[in-house]
Amino acid sequence: MSIVFENKTIATDEQGYLLAHQDWSEALAPVLAEQDGLVLTPAHWEVIRFVREFYLTYNTSPAIRALTKAMKAQFGEEKANSRYLYRLFPEGPAKQATKYAGLPKPARCI
Amino acid sequence: MNHPEQKSVAVINAHAPFSSPKGKDALDIALIFGSYEQDIALFFQGDGVYQLTDKQDPALIQQKDYLKTFSAFEFYDIEQVYVCGRSLKERQLPGQFHIDNVTVLEPAQFAKKLADFQVIFRF
Repeated sequence: MSIVFENKTIATDEQGYLLAHQDWSEALAPVLAEQDGLVLTPAHWEVIRFVREFYLTYNTSPAIRALTKAMKAQFGEEKANSRYLYRLFPEGPAKQATKYAGLPKPARCI
Repeated sequence: MNHPEQKSVAVINAHAPFSSPKGKDALDIALIFGSYEQDIALFFQGDGVYQLTDKQDPALIQQKDYLKTFSAFEFYDIEQVYVCGRSLKERQLPGQFHIDNVTVLEPAQFAKKLADFQVIFRF
């Protein structure tokens, strides 16, 4: 599986996650989101940049609970809760945000 | 956060990192328990203490550095990390770890602490 972006072929898994997170750029995120019918707003970007940073720091894609706990320090309670995140990413915040950030799917389910 | 129907879980690491999948598997299971708010603790003994040694670069042998994930324990409610002091001494390790909040216990206390847990996984 792969997508073609800016004349480059980028390898993905069957669900559209990049196989190599180094292939990612910010310009690619809207393309990945569009495949799921999602238009990215600044609120989406906050989360996408956050999970990317989390991955580069800790070498793992956070599942939902770890994501909200980690976001709390930076964004406060109003954004660091699963209701807010599910409104942004209806199919699962951890699953979708990591995909658009060019990261592997979180191994630990939701 | 201890519920009466909930079991406390200890995960024992007894193998060096990167030579086998054991360390990574132990980490994954600990993160899963943490994600579900289970009472979880990590124990390191024998060659397992090498998993807490800093300045390792597994990229040199094309291995993923899962030890970096230890620094995210706070987000998974993993607050109990115990290390066998004798295992450190036998390997002449200085007891400098790549994460904070590690408790070094001598064998008798280590065993006593482990006995507090209802379920034990060994890796």
